[in-house]
Amino acid sequence: MSESGFPSLHLVPKAEGPQSARDFKTDQEVRWCPGCGDYAVLAAVQGFMPELGIKRENTVFVSGIGCSSRFPYYMNTYGVHSIHGRAPAIATGLASARQDLSVWVVTGDGDALSIGGNHLIHALRRNVNLKILLFNNRIYGLTKGQYSPTSELGKITKSTPMGSLDAPFNPLSLAIGAEASFVARTIDSDRQHLQSVLRAAAAHEGTALVEIYQNCNIFNDGAFEALKEPGTRDEALIRLEHGQPIRYGTDLAGGVFRGPDGELFTAPVTADNEADVLVHDAHAASPATAFALSRIADADTLHHTPIGVLRDVRRPVYGELMASQLATAAAHRGPGDLATLLAGNDTWTVD
Amino acid sequence: MTSQVDQSEAVDGPDGDESRPGSGDGRPGAAVPAGPAAPGGSPPRRSKPIRRLDRVIIRFAGDSGDGMQLTGDRFTSETASFGNDLSTLPNFPAEIRAPAGTLPGVSSFQLHFADHDILTPGDAPNVLVAMNPAALKANLADLPRGAEIIVNTDEFTKRALTKVGYAADPLADGSLEAYHLHKVPLTTLTLEALKDSGLARKDAERAKNMFALGLLSWMYHRPTRGTETFLRSKFAKKPQIAEANISAFKAGWNFGETTETFAVSYEVPPAKLPAGRYRNISGNLALSYGLIAAAERSGLPLYLGSYPITPASDILHELSRHKNFGVRTFQAEDEIAGIGAALGAAFGGALGVTTTSGPGVALKSETIGLAVSLELPLLIVDIQRGGPSTGLPTKTEQADLLQAMFGRNGEAPVPIVAPATPAECFDAALEAARIAVTYRTPVFLLSDGYLANGSEPWRIPEVDGLPEIDPDFATGPNREDGAFWPYLRDPKTLARPWALPGTPGLEHRIGGIEKQDGTGNISYDPANHDFMVRTRQAKVDGIAVPEVEVDDPSGEARVLVLGWGSTYGPITAAVRRVRADGGEVAQAHLRNLNPFPANLGAVLRSYEKVVVPEMNLGQLALLLRAKYLVDAESYNQVRGLPFKAAQLADVLSAAIGTLDEEDHR
Repeated sequence: MSESGFPSLHLVPKAEGPQSARDFKTDQEVRWCPGCGDYAVLAAVQGFMPELGIKRENTVFVSGIGCSSRFPYYMNTYGVHSIHGRAPAIATGLASARQDLSVWVVTGDGDALSIGGNHLIHALRRNVNLKILLFNNRIYGLTKGQYSPTSELGKITKSTPMGSLDAPFNPLSLAIGAEASFVARTIDSDRQHLQSVLRAAAAHEGTALVEIYQNCNIFNDGAFEALKEPGTRDEALIRLEHGQPIRYGTDLAGGVFRGPDGELFTAPVTADNEADVLVHDAHAASPATAFALSRIADADTLHHTPIGVLRDVRRPVYGELMASQLATAAAHRGPGDLATLLAGNDTWTVD
Repeated sequence: MTSQVDQSEAVDGPDGDESRPGSGDGRPGAAVPAGPAAPGGSPPRRSKPIRRLDRVIIRFAGDSGDGMQLTGDRFTSETASFGNDLSTLPNFPAEIRAPAGTLPGVSSFQLHFADHDILTPGDAPNVLVAMNPAALKANLADLPRGAEIIVNTDEFTKRALTKVGYAADPLADGSLEAYHLHKVPLTTLTLEALKDSGLARKDAERAKNMFALGLLSWMYHRPTRGTETFLRSKFAKKPQIAEANISAFKAGWNFGETTETFAVSYEVPPAKLPAGRYRNISGNLALSYGLIAAAERSGLPLYLGSYPITPASDILHELSRHKNFGVRTFQAEDEIAGIGAALGAAFGGALGVTTTSGPGVALKSETIGLAVSLELPLLIVDIQRGGPSTGLPTKTEQADLLQAMFGRNGEAPVPIVAPATPAECFDAALEAARIAVTYRTPVFLLSDGYLANGSEPWRIPEVDGLPEIDPDFATGPNREDGAFWPYLRDPKTLARPWALPGTPGLEHRIGGIEKQDGTGNISYDPANHDFMVRTRQAKVDGIAVPEVEVDDPSGEARVLVLGWGSTYGPITAAVRRVRADGGEVAQAHLRNLNPFPANLGAVLRSYEKVVVPEMNLGQLALLLRAKYLVDAESYNQVRGLPFKAAQLADVLSAAIGTLDEEDHR
């Protein structure tokens, strides 16, 4: 991959030779439950990393707490398995101090949206050069099955025997509202799509939020079944591609349209309305359409769930702004001189 | 085990605080002929008698919006450049602009300066400048008889008096007979001086603090050029305001010189401090410089992750001004993110620092525990304030010792360093960084609001003489088979290797889950956990810290007074008083609270009685009793203000007296 393919990595040293997925595997036994969607994501990420063409030692994975947060132990890079919800904050410090690193955050729906919600939204608004992989399984796995901030209203779990009372977050709507410059969604079981989204995220300069629908086969099995079953998935998924009309379904019979009130809606595509199908613009300056797309799915059936890159816009990167202030200060005032600083400009001498 | 003495009872006069060691007091000397001009720009000719004093305590008091802190700062700068030793105590409400003219809205700044070394801002002011009735009422109880009071009579209206509960005008009812009262219409005089300035009345009136400063500068022969330069620079973009302030300042000076209200002025000769180049410095500024110095001496880039909180924010402000040193400052979304970012930067090879106060420490606790587990260098700077909860944000206290010591889940030992004076905050920052980097551990630096905002002269150190800190990064595998084990320790320090991302071959994963000794891989093995817990404790216990020094001039003392942190000033002043009265008392002060100096146990056991004054309910005493089984006797105060020297002297004398009585029984 040429340097221009990943502009966000222009300060990261290039690998000297080709790498393989094997280079990114550790000797640690992977300890997720058999059948967990995390295995597929791990394999997809390990398979994708060589594409970046950067030195492996300049890659860092930072995670919080939860099943997905074990991820760094299985990546043969530098890694920190931190504490619940704080990975974006820790990664912000690392990425803003070290522009020569490719920093990835691995988190879950509880970690990122509940206990760590504050750090997530502030990382997004600052546009720190982080790639955040949010594994959303709509349940708390590691604590054995309580409802999460993305669980549907009325969810029956161990802690909500009569159903949960909380309206769920839509992670992508939240991210767009938090001024995110890159927002995408993909699915654990579709390796090709997952890697294509990783590719776009890695290229993005600034914070990239990638929501990965991930199946917890123990506590919330089949949560995304409608998006995976051969019989339903074509109807249920909307595959977004920048510059292409947004169409879905068998034979692309369905499309997304903008109504007279500005709202988006789905409808069968006919000869009459074919020209009106919305063309996806991931680079649109306004987040309005991306926000509308993030909410177009039916909350109950998951029908018409968009996957792919919803939003990808350029904004100054936090670490670069920080470094540029340091350079400006040094250029204007000269590099700091400790003796001068300590003396100040109001001294007296005692003989 | 605790005792309480109301400090107002302990105040015993203008000479009630520390005097020159051995002799001397604060009483005015005989009037002497006008001496040579003070350096730095005071007009040379003096037409009035001058009295020589060895020390003076002045308190400026007014509304929060009256600019009392600025006035105090300027007087301090003038005094520092004159060469007196000095100590300051700013005291202000948490509200930015409390309702005008009310008691809760009173802001004050106390300054003690002398011709000899002094240790505290003073117990009882010799001079009170009261800008309104509230300032008079709030501060009168602290004044000894015979003190001078300068009041702004313009503010003593019926309405203002009623607002603070004065039934009659104290300036007229004889209630201030015991004091030397100077009635000065500061507002009117300021407006008169600025009548040609073109400023609106409201703007002109705001310069009255500079009029007061000018008057006090005349009274105490302070050099004035620095203040004029300061005002021109502060109001560089508003030259009209700058000139107005300077005019008011000069008018105040001339008022003292020409009117009959003030018959004499006072001279406090420069102090004979050790030779060297000096500046005045506050604790927070010294601490900021110490952090920059630690970064320079270690070669590590400084990374501050912080969330604004009183009284620590000034460190964030200061460090953000020094980006040309490569200093990165990150104002985080909350306290947790502040320390998280600092820890993340430390993983990347920065000198990670977070600055906060007690409530922030509570929020950071989990991340401090993570840093203990990751064994990465990290500084946690706690500028303690009154607690619990929000407590007294602008007042001082030292009640976070046990929080720093134990305030985390699990066995999570963290070294603690505590400076004793504002200037010592510089050295403490370097010492904390040395421990953090050498031993790969988070370190607490416990300052407090009194040290943070107080100031004193500081002999500027030579950069080459500052300690060097070696980060000693890992550069290659540490196993014969070419592997790298992130928890393979240095056998001497027990520190683990610090391998930075970007170093080939040293890729490793670390986390908060218990790690296998050596490899750092996840381990739930019972014996390994027991070993790791004990090893982390042993690492902290084994940190090399200087021995505690005991000051016991005669070697005959039976009572030891032991303090830590900002109580150093008042304790030392009290010890001087006791000794001046013929009492024998030994003194020691702790700068390292975890681990304790190796000789501390022996020191404690060599005295019959150990008195531990603290601005908490006995937290150090609790640790001493637990660790050394000594009957340490607590003396406590949590009033948001430092101890007074007289108060502590009484406590020490009483302790000595008790032993003597027991002998005779």
